[in-house]
Amino acid sequence: MTSQFGTWALGTGLAASVAATLLWLRLALNPDAPLRPARAASGVGLLAAAVACGALEWALLRPDFSVRFVADNGGRQVPLYYSVTSLWSALDGSLLLWLLILAGYAGLLARTVPAGDRRLHHWAMAVVSLVAVFFFALSYFAANPFHPVEPVPADGPGPNPLLRAHPAMGLHPPLLYAGYVGLVVPFGYGLAGLLVGDAGRHWISAARRWALAAWALLTAGIALGAWWSYAVLGWGGYWAWDPVENASLLPWLTATAFLHTVFTRRGASRAGWSVALACASFLLVLVGTFLTRSGVVASVHAFTESPLGPLLLGFLLLVSIGTVVLVGWRGGPGGDAGSQVASPASPPLSRATALVGNRILLTTVAAVVLVGTVLPAVAEAVSGTALAVGPVYYHRTAVPLAIGVLVLMGLAALLPSSGTSPGETARRAIGPVAVGLATIAVTGLSSRPGPMALAAFGCAGFSLAATVAGLCRRSPDNGRRSIPWVRLGGTTAHLGVALVAVGVAASSTYTVAAQRQLAVGEALRVPGATVRLTAVERARTTAGMAVRARLTLGAADRPDGTLVPELTYHPHHDTTVSLPAIRSGPLQDTYTTLLAVSADGRSATVRLAVNPMVALIWAGGSLCVLGGLLALARPLGRRRSVSGSRARSDRSGPPAAVSRSGATVPDGPGNAL
Amino acid sequence: MERYPSPDNPDIPRRRRAVPWCRLTSGRDPAMSRPGRARFSLALVVLAGTALLIHAGLQGTLSYYRTPTELAADPDDRTTRARLGGAVVPGSVRQDGDQIVFRLAADGHEITVRQTGVPPDTFRAGQDAVVEGVLGSDGVFYADQVLVKHGNDYRPPPPPPAKSGTAR
Repeated sequence: MTSQFGTWALGTGLAASVAATLLWLRLALNPDAPLRPARAASGVGLLAAAVACGALEWALLRPDFSVRFVADNGGRQVPLYYSVTSLWSALDGSLLLWLLILAGYAGLLARTVPAGDRRLHHWAMAVVSLVAVFFFALSYFAANPFHPVEPVPADGPGPNPLLRAHPAMGLHPPLLYAGYVGLVVPFGYGLAGLLVGDAGRHWISAARRWALAAWALLTAGIALGAWWSYAVLGWGGYWAWDPVENASLLPWLTATAFLHTVFTRRGASRAGWSVALACASFLLVLVGTFLTRSGVVASVHAFTESPLGPLLLGFLLLVSIGTVVLVGWRGGPGGDAGSQVASPASPPLSRATALVGNRILLTTVAAVVLVGTVLPAVAEAVSGTALAVGPVYYHRTAVPLAIGVLVLMGLAALLPSSGTSPGETARRAIGPVAVGLATIAVTGLSSRPGPMALAAFGCAGFSLAATVAGLCRRSPDNGRRSIPWVRLGGTTAHLGVALVAVGVAASSTYTVAAQRQLAVGEALRVPGATVRLTAVERARTTAGMAVRARLTLGAADRPDGTLVPELTYHPHHDTTVSLPAIRSGPLQDTYTTLLAVSADGRSATVRLAVNPMVALIWAGGSLCVLGGLLALARPLGRRRSVSGSRARSDRSGPPAAVSRSGATVPDGPGNAL
Repeated sequence: MERYPSPDNPDIPRRRRAVPWCRLTSGRDPAMSRPGRARFSLALVVLAGTALLIHAGLQGTLSYYRTPTELAADPDDRTTRARLGGAVVPGSVRQDGDQIVFRLAADGHEITVRQTGVPPDTFRAGQDAVVEGVLGSDGVFYADQVLVKHGNDYRPPPPPPAKSGTAR
């Protein structure tokens, strides 16, 4: 019953998306056509996706093992929370979550009243609906979780044990997907701008808030994923340059470059770069989806081929070719000439030059990471050699480029938007450069890290100091009547990035770890922490059998607390999962993992690590997300201006006063801003 | 309208032919004006630099998958890093000081592996495993990483805890 209901919902969603695409296309070509049927079709698509997700959740919670997905991933012994999150713990269900979020974005975009050329909005909706058609079709035909199972099993294995160790499972995939899928809206607007032609220059102001929201969500998803792999999954590291992790990083890089292209002060944003970056972001999302769901590079040996792989690859190629054709046809000198003629040549030492450098560097980092990620798949397809790209490749290529981005970020905070002289720049840069050199001196003298680490520390110090100096230079009594949200958000995000750089540099260089088999009562010592094994306990949990090691921190005469790392064996999946125990401090993390326990329970192999400054990474990540959210904020009661450039209207006083004091603006509680 | 003089239209003054795009010295052709030329050169430089960087990065950082048969047959492989895949022979796992010694079998060939450090918890005799390391001259594979094939879902496999620490 649930199977048929769910399949029916998917089919309805597919039909509604097809109808929505055609209706929005009709609207785009003929703006006088009625709007309501198109909006209704998008709404029905959203409803269908919600019903499908709801049906699968219902089947998981009951649990109804006649549904194939529940038979593979549900279980009677799974706690309620993890039954709910098991929807996205496997391929088919996660595709449903993807669909729900995509349909949600489509529905939200449909209801947005477009400012400016309505055709842009209609074309963007048509593109988004087309993407929804593909994913609905993918789910309905190739990965339907609702297939009935005959005979019905009595119980299921439950989700992967790694994915039910921590409540973060409920947050990380939805956040990540919300960020991923959100990049379809700037893509739609980018294509819309190309299709509408010269009058479509305003697609940027329509698309950039969507891009900012998607970027903030993606940053939160990536940061949470890094935290999860460090603190919960016991892998000891927060980033392993794994293809799945790279798949989430690639669109983030191009989305960051896109944001830097469109939030410029002068309105003359580089249309060519903006279109390219918006399209590249979504294409990289598709590449990432293909890589993670087709099993092409995910693990050491090829997985059994799933039918999703070729379908996703086909869609990716289709969209790529379509985009390239469109850009070549419509984005040529005709479309670009308008913006290029309008913008004067930027003086060499201005923020605009720094932004050009930023675009180029970020795109290069994305290209380098992309090559490393797809090289195994390409090599296998072309010549049959099975190879793997190790993290050393990324350390040699992506990390130096990232340090370059860091320096440019600090430099841009020192340069004003109009040009400046080298002397003035040098005068402003003295302080931050001094901070950077002092950082290098301090770290170099107190320890002997390698040149890359020294460079990272120095550049991070310079960048931090420059960003703070840039923040202080804008004095509060500037005559500005309102808070420049975009500026504030950008500065916060830059501070976050600099903090993350410091944290990554410190924890990569100065981590110490040791592991040994300890008998009860023995101690393990590393510089910065000592643990003593006091007991080994066994317990039976709902998931399986757990064995815990009770470790006392600190010296024998001054105990400092207890850490209890754990190993849980899950019989249904025949795997053992280790849960680390971490004592986090602002300056260092004491990280303990239980690796093995002897059969008689009198000794345990324990790994102890001291990771310095990891807390800075999470703090920096939170600041980045906060910065993105701040830039999205706007004072209550202000109407959105058609030309869109918020920074520009913030800078000049009179237009802002006019818009606020206008009688048509309703007086609200927040209007005092 | 004809642009070039011909016997039928002698009145059209002789004009210079349209400059082909590859003639970099021309300033009149809008496709290759000075800012355009500068941008093109910059793009070329960036592209070349990126290609060089990638090439340099890939030197010596790739590891190739090998089966025990291939490793035993090809002595040149002994110096390069390789990933070796096979099934762990049941009963062959033992501890030798701080090393784990076991045998990997694939295609009827067996090879002894010495692994420093403790393998991840999912490692078990009878399962498939992939180890990464270098084949020694004595025919024993010295591994420093053990990776284990996991179930068919799209989560990445856990890297072994033998690796000390974090991203770099």
